[in-house]
Amino acid sequence: MSRLTIAKALNAGLRRALEADPKVVLAGEDIGKLGGVFRVTEGLQKDFGEARVIDSPLAESGIVGTAVGMALRGYRPVCEMQFDGFTMPAFDQIVNQVAKMRNRSAGRLKMPVVIRIPYGGGIGAVEHHSESPEAYFCHTPGLKVVSPSNAHDAYWMIQQAVASDDPVIFFEPKRRYHERGEVDEHTEPQPLHTSSVVRPGSDVTVLAYGPMVKVCLDAATAAEDEGRSLEVIDLRTLSPLDMTMITESAQKTGRVIIVHEAAVSGGLGGEIAARIGEHCFYSLEAPVLRVGGFDIPYPASRLEEEYLPDLDRVLDGVDRSLAF
Amino acid sequence: MGEMSGSSTDVDFIQLLTPEGTLVSSDEYQNTCTDEQIAGFYRDMTLTRRIDTEATALQRQGELGLWASCLGQEAAQIGSGRALGGQDHVFPTYREHGVAWTLGIDPVDLLRLFRGVDLGGWDPDQTRFNLYTIVIGAQTLHATGYAMGLERDGLVGTGDPDRDAAVIGYLGDGATSQGDVSEAFVFAASYNAPVVFICQNNQWAISEPIERQSRIPLYRRSAGFGFPGVRVDGNDVLAMYAVTQQALERARSGSGPSFIEAYTYRMGAHTTSDDPTKYRLGDEVEHWRLKDPIARVKAYLVRNGAVTEDYFTEIDAEADDLAADLRKRCLELPEPRLVDAFDHVYAEQTPYLEEQKANYAAYLDTFTDDDQEDQLPVQGGVR
Repeated sequence: MSRLTIAKALNAGLRRALEADPKVVLAGEDIGKLGGVFRVTEGLQKDFGEARVIDSPLAESGIVGTAVGMALRGYRPVCEMQFDGFTMPAFDQIVNQVAKMRNRSAGRLKMPVVIRIPYGGGIGAVEHHSESPEAYFCHTPGLKVVSPSNAHDAYWMIQQAVASDDPVIFFEPKRRYHERGEVDEHTEPQPLHTSSVVRPGSDVTVLAYGPMVKVCLDAATAAEDEGRSLEVIDLRTLSPLDMTMITESAQKTGRVIIVHEAAVSGGLGGEIAARIGEHCFYSLEAPVLRVGGFDIPYPASRLEEEYLPDLDRVLDGVDRSLAF
Repeated sequence: MGEMSGSSTDVDFIQLLTPEGTLVSSDEYQNTCTDEQIAGFYRDMTLTRRIDTEATALQRQGELGLWASCLGQEAAQIGSGRALGGQDHVFPTYREHGVAWTLGIDPVDLLRLFRGVDLGGWDPDQTRFNLYTIVIGAQTLHATGYAMGLERDGLVGTGDPDRDAAVIGYLGDGATSQGDVSEAFVFAASYNAPVVFICQNNQWAISEPIERQSRIPLYRRSAGFGFPGVRVDGNDVLAMYAVTQQALERARSGSGPSFIEAYTYRMGAHTTSDDPTKYRLGDEVEHWRLKDPIARVKAYLVRNGAVTEDYFTEIDAEADDLAADLRKRCLELPEPRLVDAFDHVYAEQTPYLEEQKANYAAYLDTFTDDDQEDQLPVQGGVR
């Protein structure tokens, strides 16, 4: 067991992936000597060389597009998009090429590409550095999308993503990079595309992922003081969704709130709400509610604390749910 | 030479065989092909043209949803395709039917895509010919990444001709306006990747002329990225063969990327969806007809007595047989089943997709056999 930050856990996970398979290569801007702007790849180029930890030209479509070619050559590229908003120049390569190559070839070709995206707000950054674009990728058949919320999951999920023959969009909660947690390097990890109950409860189910899990756990602690029992589920996998766990919890509590930073309209919460509606209609005591970002572009950083769902907004959602 | 235009018709380029069918040479490039090889090129180009005209006819008869003709570009494709070595790999656009021919792709497999039976009916690993890429220029990055992989695999610059390998990434003149192509040039140069970019400048990107893409001749683009570029008479199969061979050898030996502008002309439409009479003049087409890539090879072969008249008769008969066989097998292609499409999305199937597939299969089972016979295949929208 080690106590690591999420950034260090990802670093350790990537190191293990590089050791485990000589076909694994990392590529991205500033990931070599600098170790990435968040230092997630620190020291890896020194130990594995410039051919395996590649400092890329500043061109996101180029990073992903060449990763497609390398994957076709038998490599397992792990691309870093330096910031969430910079993923968009690579959007065509991700959704038209990475996502579709297997299907286009009727299963003859595989695309074992991981695209790491530090995402979300809360770090006081400038424009394009605080986006939550996960719904675009969850909407794209052929991609799998995951997001760890803690160091242990970060360590294991990155290795599982690299080992997967499917392309994985790997969202890293950048405002949690420096939060520490226990990492058990020897335990058998839970399967990549499963969710976790991170706090059991009986009154309301709160679904969250990535940076919002901590907010929801804090809200659950505060709610307990008011005599309310929240069950917090860390989704971990956004596509495919672990509907087994989501459904079980929804049927148990009868009330569900989905919390994410991304704008509510067209977001993942809507999809989850619809699926819960299909599966659990007769178990629900209240409509499935969403607590998320407003439908405005991510605001200037002095407004982000107000923009981002926080403990009070989650508790307000709980109040609304229980009012039905 | 029109240095300030991407389209000057008074162009300087590498040419080894004139439109009249006489051999010429330049300081840098000479014809090394035997008459037997040249006769082989004639056969390749004639059969490619026959595949192309048959596919166009099939589209006009409603048997293909779309066809992207390569009429007029046979020399650029056969010359470069025949220059490939046994370990080289190709990343085409959606028009490289002649290159596909040189790599032994069954032409009916090309039709599958355009008939809407599948999205790419050949094995890229076995054929060394990647699937067609519809988004303009995206494949140039794939070619570059694959070439970077070859270099990492130690398959470049070993001096062993059975080992060293390179990649050709094809693109059109319109693609040179795309960001991906510029990014591919940056990556290829930066990593000294063993890739040859072959741009078939056929003068038109659907209805937009080359002047809309470039103010300078395209072959000069690569200099700005730090690797050599050359303009070749793209209707001259011997020049295309010689220049491509040299560029591939350069890539295989570890000297990095290069760019070939095959200066040619698309004689037909961009695809069967557009009408070129709306955007270009008949005079221009006639001008290029006189530069026909096949006619000049035939003129050479006749003039030099390299083959007998029977040779041409035999090839024409072979082309007719090929076309008839292609038509027959195209019409016999089995209808795909949507229920099978759920299986190829992921390597590891997801529970939800499995559920959707099962539900859809159950839904299909609610129809009687008579109902299913009544259901006509739905014609999908084709760009």
